[in-house]
Amino acid sequence: MNRSRLPAEKGLDVLLQRNAVWRGGSRPVAAAGTVATGFPLLDEELAGGGWPRGALTELIAAQAGIGALRLLMPALARLARERRWICWVAPPHVPYAPALAAAGIDLSRILLVHPKAHQDGLWAVEQSLRSGTCGAVLCWPTLEDGVVLRRLQLAAEAGNALGFLFRSPRFARRPSPSALRLQLAAAPDGRLSVSILKRRGGWATGPLYLDPPFPEDGALALYPPAAAGAGSLHPR
Amino acid sequence: MAHWLCIRLPRLALEVFTRASDGQRPLALVDGGRKLSVLACNAAARRCGVRVGMSAAAARALSPELLLCRRNIAAEEAALCALADWAGQFSSRISLHAGTVLLENEGSLKLFGGRAALLRRVRRGVAGLGYRDRCAAAPTPLSAVALSRCRTSRIVEACSQLPGVLGPLPLSLFEWDPLLLERLQGMGLRSLDEVLRLPRDGLARRFGVSLLRYLDRLLGRVPHPLPPYRPPLRFVRRLSLPGGVSRTTALMFVLRRLVHELCGWLQGQGAGVASLQVRLWSSAASPAELRVGLRRESRDAGTFLVLLQERLQRLSLPRAVSEIELRAQDPVPLDARPPDLFEPQGKPELVELPDRLRARLGAAAVRGIAVVADHRPERAWRHCPPGERGVAAIPASRRPLWLLPQPERLRVCNGRPWLQGELQLEADVERIESGWWDGGDIARDYFMAVNPAGSRYWVYRELRGERGWYLHGVFD
Repeated sequence: MNRSRLPAEKGLDVLLQRNAVWRGGSRPVAAAGTVATGFPLLDEELAGGGWPRGALTELIAAQAGIGALRLLMPALARLARERRWICWVAPPHVPYAPALAAAGIDLSRILLVHPKAHQDGLWAVEQSLRSGTCGAVLCWPTLEDGVVLRRLQLAAEAGNALGFLFRSPRFARRPSPSALRLQLAAAPDGRLSVSILKRRGGWATGPLYLDPPFPEDGALALYPPAAAGAGSLHPR
Repeated sequence: MAHWLCIRLPRLALEVFTRASDGQRPLALVDGGRKLSVLACNAAARRCGVRVGMSAAAARALSPELLLCRRNIAAEEAALCALADWAGQFSSRISLHAGTVLLENEGSLKLFGGRAALLRRVRRGVAGLGYRDRCAAAPTPLSAVALSRCRTSRIVEACSQLPGVLGPLPLSLFEWDPLLLERLQGMGLRSLDEVLRLPRDGLARRFGVSLLRYLDRLLGRVPHPLPPYRPPLRFVRRLSLPGGVSRTTALMFVLRRLVHELCGWLQGQGAGVASLQVRLWSSAASPAELRVGLRRESRDAGTFLVLLQERLQRLSLPRAVSEIELRAQDPVPLDARPPDLFEPQGKPELVELPDRLRARLGAAAVRGIAVVADHRPERAWRHCPPGERGVAAIPASRRPLWLLPQPERLRVCNGRPWLQGELQLEADVERIESGWWDGGDIARDYFMAVNPAGSRYWVYRELRGERGWYLHGVFD
């Protein structure tokens, strides 16, 4: 601890504004840029009030069908409105166009990539993240490789893209360069429980309970166009 | 008033071979006679001590890996035509004359910012194609051709300056019949001035009217009609690679030159292409073939090169490539854009993402999706080219974000469907009966179902036949 006196509180303010000091217990500080998740409860917990741009986000779930994809729909709809590609690399099933359209996503911005080899998949993810024209990249990596994740993280930074990695809980305990790691599970009442394992400027936290809407007619109203805080920083 | 720019390639005979290599390997051009002697050689050969006029055997002895290439007149002619195609980007009036390419440049001055800027641009482009050039610009075709034999790139603005500029030049710079030149020199004439000072009628009597006609055309006293060069409607270029190439970087080096030729031609045609085809010949029977496709027609060299590089890197070359061919099919008119071929090359970021992915993964691996107005869930969507805007038909009821490519039959226990436990069906049921008109008719009751672990699925029960239960989607 440095005992020499800073020029009173002014110096302290400067430090805090510069984001150079992390304060436990305070609200997470703004990151480089974010896209609002569309779930105020979750935005509240995330640095900058949304999914981090130019970074990897891991969504860790033991099973499909609990709402991991629905959780992303508001953000993807926003990114598509920015005329950026939403790139799905080797999805496990067919992303269903009618449901995506009902979730308010401009289908003409969707890019489905089905590489034959695993290596090509990683290449496609990296290229898409790096391209600068891709808003989000969704992928389902099956191998654990820190070097690869590191590369993808750098690519996401270079292209200012959101990289969403859907992963199995096997990887939950391994270290990862991702900026945000969420553990998802089905709550008994049918809602989605979201625990933050890692985030920028904050501790891991216990579960939040969210209820992402099902895309259907009328759901569009849930994702109003840009106006309400699209990609905005968290109000201070 | 017309004005002509002349491009001469003084080392073309050698360069038809050297431009297809990166210059590492010594290479010498030999004549076609019985006793082969070196006509020209590249820098690598000169470093080994090879000199012009040496016998081929002596040159070989100096450098065992020396490549000897016999002069190939047909390849030289083809290269000149290719240069004319490329030059179409600078002018709509091109002619081939006396082994040079002539461009009428009066019409393109404004676009290129003056004669000197145009000349610089042309020379930079020619160097990019792998040639060393001599260029000149003058008001008559013949004067431009004569000036292009000088060392410096001269620009003469007006006809009135021509006698002053051309006068002091030695007679050997002009295109005379060799016999005529000998006779003129035999009379003690050395420079053009001395010929011009002779009386016209005397010249006509001694040497015929063709000499006078030449002088008149040279100095712009009479017009000089030249047959225009007509570029071909398709682009096919084949280069043989002396000594063979087995590294992709060396292939890219050659391809870069071909792509620049292509882009010049496209610019001249005001067109773009959406696909390129490269064929590589080796000792194998059939050539290896690669295709590169774009979402939109383009004529940007940078874009083409990034995509070709991506494809080439994926190609394993089992044998050395001896010949390479670039083809471009179906040029489509593009809107007029200023030529930007030799400005800083296209950055990789400018290549659209789908094109880049397709170059490596193939067109079938990169697609978009669209909604189709059909009640049958499996037909309510389709693949489409990326970026295509389909109809905005939004279903009236709840649909899952994941659809299974094929419905999967579910296990049934005690009359209830199972998927990692018994499935609880939600009360809402959606009946879909449709498609009797095209033979793909279905009759199903769809439910949202939850298993004990909390996963939600989209399942249906057939209303006919075995009345089986199927999994068709996942509400993720």
